Amino acid sequence: MTTTLLDRPESTRIVKAPPPMAMLAELTHRCPLACPYCSNPLELTGIKEELSTAEWIDIFDQAAALGILHLHLSGGEPASRRDLVELTAAASERGLYTNLITSGVGLTEKRMAELAEAGLDHVQLSIQGSTPTMADHVGGYRGGYERKMAVAGWVRATGIPLTVNAVCHKQNMDELGDMIDLAVDLGARRIEVATVQFHGWAEKNRTALMPTRAQVERTNVLVEQARERLKGVIVIDYVPADHHSTYPKACMGGWGRIGINVAPDGKVLPCHAAETIPSLTFDNVRDRALSKIWYEGQAFNAFRGDDWMQEPCRSCERKHVDFGGCRCQAMALAGDPAATDPVCIRSPLRKGLTEAAERDAAATPDPFVYRGR
Amino acid sequence: MTQEGGITIDGATVAKLARGVRLREDAVRGQKVLLAPERAMALDEIAVKIVEALDGERSLDRIADDFAAEFGAPRQRIADDVAAFVQELADRRMLEVIA
Ligand code: SF4
Ligand code: SF4
Repeated sequence: MTTTLLDRPESTRIVKAPPPMAMLAELTHRCPLACPYCSNPLELTGIKEELSTAEWIDIFDQAAALGILHLHLSGGEPASRRDLVELTAAASERGLYTNLITSGVGLTEKRMAELAEAGLDHVQLSIQGSTPTMADHVGGYRGGYERKMAVAGWVRATGIPLTVNAVCHKQNMDELGDMIDLAVDLGARRIEVATVQFHGWAEKNRTALMPTRAQVERTNVLVEQARERLKGVIVIDYVPADHHSTYPKACMGGWGRIGINVAPDGKVLPCHAAETIPSLTFDNVRDRALSKIWYEGQAFNAFRGDDWMQEPCRSCERKHVDFGGCRCQAMALAGDPAATDPVCIRSPLRKGLTEAAERDAAATPDPFVYRGR
Repeated sequence: MTQEGGITIDGATVAKLARGVRLREDAVRGQKVLLAPERAMALDEIAVKIVEALDGERSLDRIADDFAAEFGAPRQRIADDVAAFVQELADRRMLEVIA
């Protein structure tokens, strides 16, 4: 990372950022599913406010020029956009590596073939459970499971590499072994197992989703064993539960260092949850060039470098490893976006957090509050 | 499945980049990168040469022969370099091994 200090006219010092590597394009917030932990904001953007095809293509142009290599086409459900094939082709023509992050619902065999033709490089298909009953209960959409099974077959037929995404929580964690086997059966080369992050919608579903410590420990062992057993068959990437880890994750690989999120209405965010931080102001690609937003935007510069850090992060040897953890989590749990991520064992708030997690883990699950319903 | 994490590379190996893995120019950073799902690997000139030689037809031995002739360098050293790098690509599941 370059660390040239520039003199800004506003006399604020900002650290010169490297060019971004990846863009998450949230093409739409629309989705037939309603997962109770959806990472979309509580205030969902409607179709009328969505960027047009031409506006997205212009963003891909700017993204490629800015040095972005990977483009993640996401949502909501990206297949809810009628122009998905056209957008994929445009991104691919600009040299971007295109990754479709989908629930599978809204794809057909024909569309999948068209996406392959358009140059789609990779597909990430989410599964919500290992059986139709569990999967459709979590996704809040009957028939979703069956559709996913079909989609995996169509992806396989095109030859595009497939990754299965599995979000784990109290209700489906005990069937993770079966979900991994299912991913193998579906022909995935990789499975990404992530434990629910408690922001936004998931925060409304704590008693329904918070895993117990025993569940987390069993899962850690299960993942280790599965990695051994399935070596050379499938790669297992595993993001363990925050509340049971020692240190926080390097959220987004560091604020404003690697990735850019574009929301369906063109708002540009350093991470998908950044709007929960009230002190930030967000630019919109409709008003400002992407490069200006990345290098000069207030939101992107707010937590670059380490000048903003407080103790214990400021004098911690891990500050360039995890960058103090997640800013949105600090906001949500400490009420201060510059605080040490409260999931860190060195945060004074960690003890209370663990107690709350254990309380919610032990509680009888309340019915799901489904996203957007 | 053509991608096996446990693949061992030798001189007879014939391979090409797996679908979903591609080499491209990164003009902004002035380098060539190998792109795969969730991964971007910056390559030096020699690595680029090797990747370009993985055409799914020539064995690693043939490639080493061709390089030795092209650069007038010791054959064994070239063969070792090629094998080491190709093994790394295989371990990262970026290759389709054809034979
Ligand atoms: S998490 Fe579920 S509801 Fe949210 S976008 Fe993905 S599939 Fe749709
Ligand atoms: S104190 Fe801050 S920098 Fe150190 S491990 Fe915890 S979050 Fe990371």
